[in-house]
Amino acid sequence: MHTVRLAGEDDFEGWRDAARSLAALGAAPDTVIWQVGGARDDLFGEAPPPPASPKSETRVPRRFVELVRSALLHRDPERFALGYALLVRLADQPRLIDDAADPLVRRLETMAKAVRRDIHKMRAFVRFRAIEDEGGDRYIAWFEPDHHIVHANAAFFVNRFASMRWSILTPALSLHWDSEMLREGPGASKRDAPGDDPVEAIWKTYYASIFNPARLKTGAMLKEMPRKYWKNMPETALVGELVATARQRESAMIDTARTATGGNIEAAWQALRDEAASCRRCSLYKNATQTVFGEGPLDAAMMLIGEQPGDQEDLAGRPFVGPAGQVLDTALGEAGIDRARLYVTNAVKHFKFTPRGKRRIHAKPDSGEIEACRWWVEQEKMLVKPKVSVALGATAARSLLGKTVTIGRERGRPIELAGGGVGWITVHPSYLLRIPEADRAAEETNRFVADLKAAYALAAG
Amino acid sequence: MAQLDTREKLAILADAAKYDASCASSGTSKRNSAGGKGIGSTEGMGICHAYAPDGRCISLLKILLTNSCIFDCHYCINRKSSNVRRARFTAQEVVTLTLSFYRRNYIEGLFLSSGIIGSSDYTMEQIVEVARSLREDHDFRGYIHLKTIPDADSDLVEAAGRHADRVSINVELPTEQGLKRLAPEKSQRRIERAMGAMHRSIEDGGDAAKRYRSAPRFAPAGQSTQMIVGADAATDGDIVRRASQLYGRFGLRRVYYSAFSPIPEASTVLPLQRPPLMREHRLYQSDWLMRFYEYRPDEVAAAADPVTGMLPLDIDPKLAWALRFRDRFPVDVNRAPREMLLRVPGLGVKAVNAILTTRRWRQLRLADVARLTVSLTKLRPFLITADWRPVALTDRADLRSLVTKRAKQLELFAA
Repeated sequence: MHTVRLAGEDDFEGWRDAARSLAALGAAPDTVIWQVGGARDDLFGEAPPPPASPKSETRVPRRFVELVRSALLHRDPERFALGYALLVRLADQPRLIDDAADPLVRRLETMAKAVRRDIHKMRAFVRFRAIEDEGGDRYIAWFEPDHHIVHANAAFFVNRFASMRWSILTPALSLHWDSEMLREGPGASKRDAPGDDPVEAIWKTYYASIFNPARLKTGAMLKEMPRKYWKNMPETALVGELVATARQRESAMIDTARTATGGNIEAAWQALRDEAASCRRCSLYKNATQTVFGEGPLDAAMMLIGEQPGDQEDLAGRPFVGPAGQVLDTALGEAGIDRARLYVTNAVKHFKFTPRGKRRIHAKPDSGEIEACRWWVEQEKMLVKPKVSVALGATAARSLLGKTVTIGRERGRPIELAGGGVGWITVHPSYLLRIPEADRAAEETNRFVADLKAAYALAAG
Repeated sequence: MAQLDTREKLAILADAAKYDASCASSGTSKRNSAGGKGIGSTEGMGICHAYAPDGRCISLLKILLTNSCIFDCHYCINRKSSNVRRARFTAQEVVTLTLSFYRRNYIEGLFLSSGIIGSSDYTMEQIVEVARSLREDHDFRGYIHLKTIPDADSDLVEAAGRHADRVSINVELPTEQGLKRLAPEKSQRRIERAMGAMHRSIEDGGDAAKRYRSAPRFAPAGQSTQMIVGADAATDGDIVRRASQLYGRFGLRRVYYSAFSPIPEASTVLPLQRPPLMREHRLYQSDWLMRFYEYRPDEVAAAADPVTGMLPLDIDPKLAWALRFRDRFPVDVNRAPREMLLRVPGLGVKAVNAILTTRRWRQLRLADVARLTVSLTKLRPFLITADWRPVALTDRADLRSLVTKRAKQLELFAA
């Protein structure tokens, strides 16, 4: 049995010297006991190994030294033994250090990584408080690291705050810099550090103001700033309230925006229409003549959403001017609704067709195309803010609700919409054109008119 | 208007600055304050000194000099027509605030931007004065990021580059039509011309520094830009291509994507709904694929839905790409070249490097790979090891659901 007593928890040099000597003696890893400080009265221990002669020195890869230099700062008491075990194995297999998947190498890598993170977090989360003494301002911080890193981190703070006088107090040791010399002192307690600093109030103001309540992501915050650090960071006192009020602040913003009566809606709609004219969000623009944007008064209480422009709409650049448009106009007339008071648009704004001879046969837009074009419909809805949005047919219903629904099941009743207002689902007028039996066509037309009437009553009410 | 104290101004001017996503303090030359009369150091790697509940890091004191502005950009809380409270810092106030935060180790430095007041030159002068004073009067050696104004005089921009570590100009929107609609007074041409000029200055500065040690540094951390996502009609594919074009033409260090977020005092032109925050995240991931995983922009775009041009929200773009191009898999961990290993979903750059060093000496088994990565679930169908071959797994129709997290099962006995 060999017992090695190291001078301190982060005594890399002591470990290195002892490990070298032990390796030269051929000591097996499980015969070595590693201790830090303490009295020399253990039962199994022997005298420390003699210093190795220079010629018996084991040569080790540089990567090993770098790895162990970090890993030995870990708080795990096994770290010295693990480092030595790897050293012994390297004597036979010098390439082992490159085997990142070896369990022992991996374990030391993981320890080194935890140490590097702790070093980084100390640099980030140390908070100085200023006091005044005879020499002017002095800055004092209290910090509780996870691993034995304070020594290793001293140079960072010296280089950064060279012209300041500062102290960093930790449970195990304290550092004092007087702008020329670094002194080390014994461990301290939180009470030894100042309890406040007037600048903290300003810092907290900054912390609260730079936070965007519309994008709450507490998980991301906690991952990088775990709670264990919070007790020594003044700004974290605000987190609870900032999180609690975030949703409310966000919806308040959205509500104010929604009710704001901007004088520029007309200009906004024009600009949107201009942007849509060059839309390439899906490939339908390639064969269509033009984008057919919505039209109608921007303060309309009711918005009609059709499927897509047909052959005639594509040429005219206006929605519902072809055969289906005529059916719609007739139905609106029967329902006693003035089309000029509605905002009329389509779920898909380019004509999709398959050419057959000289004719362009209507083709149903697929869900990708509906989804791509939904952006425009949503924009139109946000400007017009209709009380009721009527979806004509399955394509429009999918666009309005963002999911596929069965017309028969959802038809004829108000549906709350996520973005405000209500939706109303009915058939597309072209459906009425395709019913061969006259009596059923009449019946369906009546149902369609009734739907429009009911939706309009809701919008007017 | 009643006089505001520093704290009140800070509240207004930090609030006004938060829509700029960049807070990086990395990528600059190494410096420290030893032997100087001031404070400050930079390490190359940035330090995030705190995190706000929005998950964003706080590395720099990010503020505007003033939130008054002669422009009327619809997405911006500080636009002329907004009723937001206005404030203005003096250069001296910003200097004092930066130093007192820095001394307490709250920050790595300053990110200063401003609304346009008076003229572009006047505004730029004020910004440069803050940086000059920090560097020259106080020997401050921490990080400084300055926003430069496209039309400002080139001498002023030159001065900004000498004092700053990083400079940036925001392209604001991914499409020109979007810029026309939402920021009618800005022009893509002017912005790009300014970025081009900046790129040349940064390159010249870098060349000079290589030849003469004493050559003045010019923005050693380069330039970056930001675009707002979800405010115009650009698809993810458009954004990815635009970003890669910007990286290539202007040598940008970073492109930031900022999911449009609702602001108080919104304009009516603005869409009210925010895009899902996940969309922003997926764009950052695709950005990573281009910068660190050797994907070409059109390859990233190919991970998007071919019809809508949008990246899937429920899975990351790398997995989406792998699912779309299954014929490239499985990849043999012990033989495949680096660029193919980088394409395996679940293998990061570090894991790939570890695989490459390890396999020089021995064959890797599945358990070895498991030790190098977080989880094998995602990996299994895409790789071959000495003791593992996915056989039919790679071709299964339900592969997507096998490799994505299953929705959490509801607890039957939950109270």
